[in-house]
Amino acid sequence: MSFAIRCRQLVKRYDGRPPVEAVRGVDLEVRSGECFGLLGPNGAGKTTTMEILEGLLAATSAELMEVLSLSWGRDDMAIRRRIGISLQETRLTDKLTVLETVILFRSFYSHGLEPADAIRRVSLDDKQGALVEKLSGGQRQRLAVACAIIGDPELLFLDEPTTGLDPHSRRELWDIVREFRSSGRTILLTTHYMDEAERLCDRVAVIDQGQVIALGTPVELIARLGGQHIVDFSLTDNGHPLTDDELRSVPSVQTVRREDKAFSLAVGEPHVALPALMNHLQQSGREFATLTTRHATLEDVFVTLTGRHLRDAGESA
Amino acid sequence: MSQPHYHPLWELILCRIRVFYRQPEAVFWTYGFPLVMITALGLAFREESKETILVDVVGPQAEAFEARLSKDSRYKVKRPAANDWKKRLQTGKTNLVVETGEAASEKPRFWFEPHRAESVLAREAVENAILRSALPNEASDFAESHLEEVGSRYIDFLLPGMIGMNLMGGGMWGIGFVVVDMRVRKLLKRLQATPMRRSDFLFSLMLVRLLFAVFDMGFLTVFGHYAFGVECRGSLLDLALVMLVGGASFAGIGLLIACRAQTTETISGLMNLVMLPMWIASGVFFSSERFPEVMQPIIQALPLTALNNALRGVMLDGDSLVALWKPLLLLVVWGAASFTIALRAFRWK
Repeated sequence: MSFAIRCRQLVKRYDGRPPVEAVRGVDLEVRSGECFGLLGPNGAGKTTTMEILEGLLAATSAELMEVLSLSWGRDDMAIRRRIGISLQETRLTDKLTVLETVILFRSFYSHGLEPADAIRRVSLDDKQGALVEKLSGGQRQRLAVACAIIGDPELLFLDEPTTGLDPHSRRELWDIVREFRSSGRTILLTTHYMDEAERLCDRVAVIDQGQVIALGTPVELIARLGGQHIVDFSLTDNGHPLTDDELRSVPSVQTVRREDKAFSLAVGEPHVALPALMNHLQQSGREFATLTTRHATLEDVFVTLTGRHLRDAGESA
Repeated sequence: MSQPHYHPLWELILCRIRVFYRQPEAVFWTYGFPLVMITALGLAFREESKETILVDVVGPQAEAFEARLSKDSRYKVKRPAANDWKKRLQTGKTNLVVETGEAASEKPRFWFEPHRAESVLAREAVENAILRSALPNEASDFAESHLEEVGSRYIDFLLPGMIGMNLMGGGMWGIGFVVVDMRVRKLLKRLQATPMRRSDFLFSLMLVRLLFAVFDMGFLTVFGHYAFGVECRGSLLDLALVMLVGGASFAGIGLLIACRAQTTETISGLMNLVMLPMWIASGVFFSSERFPEVMQPIIQALPLTALNNALRGVMLDGDSLVALWKPLLLLVVWGAASFTIALRAFRWK
């Protein structure tokens, strides 16, 4: 199997008082031709990891780091010719048009796509002559992707490609990524949207506080919860409190999570667990306030692993 | 199908030019503002071709004294209200106050301001007039002719200074500010992630800066010529070369102050720190030699002083480049040193 990216024990430490370890020994193997996602909350170290792999930041230490079987520091130009990058936030020059921007980036590569072709791939054909300052957030992001693929790269880095976009723009971007992947190229993307990782990525590394805490396909990761389904419920205030042990004894319940008055149970078979749960509550004189069931997501994986949500984990860090 | 070939240096240059002319405010500050400034200063300081001496006459014999002076058209005599004259002298509305006595024979008293050249001159002139009228036979009249040569007016002094100032501002804004703005936008970082050659990028900035400098300066020189009749005594080629050396030198300094700055506020502060002292000390609006002797070694070592000296050397004195080797060498050293340090210290993000 050939790898687009391999790194072992990647560490990035920022000097200061106290020193901050943004990346604390990350191991990654991204296979050629796959779409690989780094999933984690803001501040987890995703972008730092990515920028080290992009050659924009120097790692503090690494046992091994190869990009397209080449090494930063030795083959910089060779790597840059073969990768494409969309940074988390780049404000491209306002006073240039879409076509002028893409042509500028095209001029840096000896081989690559036709500028018009790259623009067509990101569906900006009708905006070709528009100034960057007139574009919407989604259109700018697509232009950034056009600049990333203009050199016809083998490996594409996308840092938070859909952050801040409306649902329609997000879906358009996903289509672009899927199309790129279907041409046999490799993609490494970061996101803090679990649905994005689930829909787009062949494999996902869940990152928290500078470390990979879970790795696998989205289906595998969810399966590791033990249950594919989640039962969310809360109780009315009358009746004595419910213990975790009581819930674990309900058939088919794999894990129990509680936040304030809300419970989330990962269950293998909802048609077994639900009647049993209802029975138990009725017999002990308690009542549901709310009850819903749904499929488990990567969010549940993250919460089960860290006890925190993807959305707010960043703030506490 | 053969692909069109895009040359990175050329595309970088094209983009910078496009960005410039799509920003009307940048066009104004580059072309409009210096013209407004030259016109305003040129008008404010245009030389009065007629000599005038402002004199106030007070006291009982004022009327008679005024009649004596008014024979000579150089005098502009006023007889202000009793208590007004002191204030008029203090505020420079008059140059001299003559206080006459009760009798015509009584000697008048002169009030003047010894620190003001005009005031001292007025005193001498009035004294002279009194003497002449007292001893008409002793005083002889001299033939007069006037030196009103182009090249000695204030505007002739000002224009090279404005050109120098503009070259400095161009380097700071056109390189310093532009680079930091690109860094703030993370555009520098994005460019660094491409196989773009660093030298192409820096070279494009420099070439565009010099290209604009040629236009700006040509424009200013032509405007100065047609609007105020400012001439260049030296060769125009020499003038252009001095401008290019100056433009390149300040481009290097602009790059130096931009090499680390992380915000546009920082670079604005740095630009002011660099430019303000030179606006004042380097002889843009008045000769740098007005500053005390002890400061001269520092002032003469400043790049804008060197550039202004070289520009005035060519425009006013018709010096050749060889004669101006000192300021030119100084400019080259400033530019080369800044550029070298900037390249080493440059941060792409």
